[in-house]
Amino acid sequence: MNDLNDISLSEIIKLVKSKKISSLDLANHFINNIKKGKKLNSFITTCFDQTIKDSKNFDKKQNFDGLLPGIPIAVKDLFCTKNIKTTAGSKILENFVPTYESTVTNNLWKEGAILLGKLNCDEFAMGSSNETSFFGNVINPLENNFVPGGSSGGSATALAASLTPATIGTDTGGSIRQPASFTGTVGLKPTYGLCSRWGIVAFASSLDQAGPMTKNVEDCALMLEAISGYDKKDSTSINRKKENYSKNLKRTIKGIKIGIPKEYRVDNMPKEIEQLWKNGIDILKKSGAKIIDISLPHTKYALPTYYIVAPAEASSNLARYDGIKYGYRSKKGNNLIEMYEHTRAEGFGDEVKRRVLIGTYVLSSGYYDAYYLKAQKVRKLIKVDFDNSFKEVDAILTPSTPSSAFKIGEKANDPISMYLNDIFTVPVNLAGLPAISIPAGKDHKGHPLGLQLISKELEEQKILNIAFAMEKEIDFKQSLNRWWE
Amino acid sequence: MKDKFDYFIKTENNKWEVIIGLEVHAQVTSKSKLFSSSSTKFGEKPNTQVSLVDSAFPGMLPVINKFCIEQAVKTGLGLNAKINLRSIFDRKNYFYADLPAGYQISQYKNPIVGEGSVTLDMPYGTKKVGIERLHLEQDAGKSIHDLSPDNTFVDLNRSGVALMEIVSKPDLRSPDEVNSYVKKLRTIMRYLGTCDGNMQEGSLRADVNVSVRKQGEKKFGTRCEIKNVNSIKFMEMAIESEAKRQVELIESGKKIEQETRLFDTKKNETRSMRSKEEAHDYRYFPDPDLLPLVIKQSFVDNLKNELPELPDKKKERFINKFKLTPYEANVLISENNISEYFEEVIKTADIKLAKNWIIVELFAVLNDKNLDIKDSPVSSKNLANLLNLISSGEISGKIAKKVFELMVQSGDEPSKIIKDKGLQQQSDPKELEKIVKNVLEKNLDKITQYKAGKEKLYGFFVGEVMKASSGKANPKLVNDILKKELKK
Repeated sequence: MNDLNDISLSEIIKLVKSKKISSLDLANHFINNIKKGKKLNSFITTCFDQTIKDSKNFDKKQNFDGLLPGIPIAVKDLFCTKNIKTTAGSKILENFVPTYESTVTNNLWKEGAILLGKLNCDEFAMGSSNETSFFGNVINPLENNFVPGGSSGGSATALAASLTPATIGTDTGGSIRQPASFTGTVGLKPTYGLCSRWGIVAFASSLDQAGPMTKNVEDCALMLEAISGYDKKDSTSINRKKENYSKNLKRTIKGIKIGIPKEYRVDNMPKEIEQLWKNGIDILKKSGAKIIDISLPHTKYALPTYYIVAPAEASSNLARYDGIKYGYRSKKGNNLIEMYEHTRAEGFGDEVKRRVLIGTYVLSSGYYDAYYLKAQKVRKLIKVDFDNSFKEVDAILTPSTPSSAFKIGEKANDPISMYLNDIFTVPVNLAGLPAISIPAGKDHKGHPLGLQLISKELEEQKILNIAFAMEKEIDFKQSLNRWWE
Repeated sequence: MKDKFDYFIKTENNKWEVIIGLEVHAQVTSKSKLFSSSSTKFGEKPNTQVSLVDSAFPGMLPVINKFCIEQAVKTGLGLNAKINLRSIFDRKNYFYADLPAGYQISQYKNPIVGEGSVTLDMPYGTKKVGIERLHLEQDAGKSIHDLSPDNTFVDLNRSGVALMEIVSKPDLRSPDEVNSYVKKLRTIMRYLGTCDGNMQEGSLRADVNVSVRKQGEKKFGTRCEIKNVNSIKFMEMAIESEAKRQVELIESGKKIEQETRLFDTKKNETRSMRSKEEAHDYRYFPDPDLLPLVIKQSFVDNLKNELPELPDKKKERFINKFKLTPYEANVLISENNISEYFEEVIKTADIKLAKNWIIVELFAVLNDKNLDIKDSPVSSKNLANLLNLISSGEISGKIAKKVFELMVQSGDEPSKIIKDKGLQQQSDPKELEKIVKNVLEKNLDKITQYKAGKEKLYGFFVGEVMKASSGKANPKLVNDILKKELKK
């Protein structure tokens, strides 16, 4: 059944529906792959007994009404899963078992999917290489010693290595799109509020969004359809009718106006990235799209703005991990304050501490106006830039990342250079817009590179359709020799 | 009571004015919490009314309780205050064991209610106290330190319960005014049904800001904040002792440091809790889990139209329509239940009798038995019946008091008691004539004196007749007969 590794989620669903393969066969196949893929370190928790049981149940009932009938799926370990350990990649939640299920994963199970396990990620989703996880770094299946990107690095690796047929991640500043770009997969960050945040371990509440990570655009539309929707338990959830992204998926480029923002042509941009972008533009042109040069003048402020807003919210969101109610508690300390100090010093890793410190600092009285308040104002300007552009164009095309996957350890001691990796993805989160990254080429080492399409709020269908058309023209191929097995 | 304001701290050389501002924390009357559906019931077993949101589990999100918003807006309207159609919930960040999220959701720069006012009736006239703002916030849980020598226990039942923080302007000048202000707030909120004002259950608490200045000075002195005082009596005591402390410090040449203090009720003194340098930096910022709260003017207007008659209006009506004195009106409107009782009684009974009987007789009984008027053994209907028996002359005031006593004991209807106990008035002229004659025959010497001009003795004769009839004789008839007999 090795061919299951080379086909898409949509094709697997066809096999299940036509009863050529059972849910149990699928479960066994992916469990086997996971067991052989230990070296990649993409899983924190597996629940094979439960997976087998659920798949047998599915095969007994034979209900094919859902979008994901009997499909085993692994999810990022930031989604709370009922009775299954949820760690957020942190020691402080090392043994935390939720009694509840996140809305987004619950939506997957309602569509017939089955949980395969929980995927490694940067601690509390803070990182761009999956090196900040308490459970160790994840390896890119393309080549040993290379990072898969982050923070949804476990998700990207598991997907690219066919340890799961599709997956979901979360994206606060690029955490879906950057690892998708690094692993030759498709990743979409939806409009802020399209997917419920209820039950997702929070990093930065005003930026966090769950989204699909898949092998192709068709699968992406299907997964987005499965997980999105209004949730009254999330006050920032958008109350509107659910869309049929997969049914309405069609290749549309002709007549579409695509904006090319000049500010994304950053200094020292690698030639390969520039070439990738040019190729994308050429494909669009050839297919009948109209290319328009646009300006997003506040782009250069996006990264500093993000690194004020996100840590500020994180410093407050992570205050609940205090050793009192659940999670890790240090045995040291003679009073409440000392217990807090030891618990958080031992429970959090360096990157989390760094961001909590930055966040605490920028919210402090005397600094609030200069940092947090100013960042909020700039955030508005960045949003206005996009709003103005979308008066002229349907979508914006940019590279997803300024480089391909880098080596493990290469940037681990240089946070600024790590942060710069999010330069093209961060503005989208600040503006609350949807964006998709699709594999569009390779660098000289043969490592994949992604292109990003951005649209205005709630126009996921539009970028899916453009991506669907581009995907066919680009005809990206990636064959892995499964060296890790 | 004095009819002129006179509350100063007097020392050898100076008269010091005391400046007070209050931050009252009033628990919103609501079935569920401000951002979760857990119950707010008081006195339940620890940690039985706690949701995943209240205990801040990972990924849990707050959703605003619309009813609490209505309650806050209603209270704002009751305080004649500006309702802000757009308000923002902020996070107030600090670490404590009974604060599960590490932050309290509160309103900082954009509260739901802005400036308003409350009118107090003081013996020296009415006084208007400015309201600075009213905002909504969550209560924290409770840390229990006295169950074990080594451990602190945490009860999260209160965690997330909705509070209204009502901030006054520094307009109060004496413990009496504070007493009157808190009571007035409580009355208004009870009328509105927005806070039960139950201080024993912690539904109403206050932080008290106190400063002093020499009489006549314009500039405020440095203030100290006394945290979390939970009874009106303690507020009065705390102000008195804190003001004296400040005066003593200043007069001995020292400076007041702005700080947070606690009131020790046993020692009757305040002590320092933390100085300004140690003050928390709460790192307020808008809660990104909640959108700004936007309400429509029509929402406010609908609530306005549903408001009950408020204490000030009712008082005015009682004075104008029922000719009550301001004092009587104040007493009768102090609780909605009392004014309702009064209005029920005067539907059929005489107003003058009703107000006197309620204020004097009924209140004495209720105070004695520590009862709320809604649990009164004498129903408004029964009291009205009793008063009508007096008005129609069927029983004397004296007998009425006896009947009332029996009504309190049994809860029975007055006519039944009168019948059962044979307390009907003696109105048979022949019987009365007999009694009168009997009394006069026994007091021939007094008749002589009376006829000689000692008219004061008339009362003596009446008294003797009433005594002889065990108080049941119809006073009017007794009068008529006695006068006739004495002329003989």
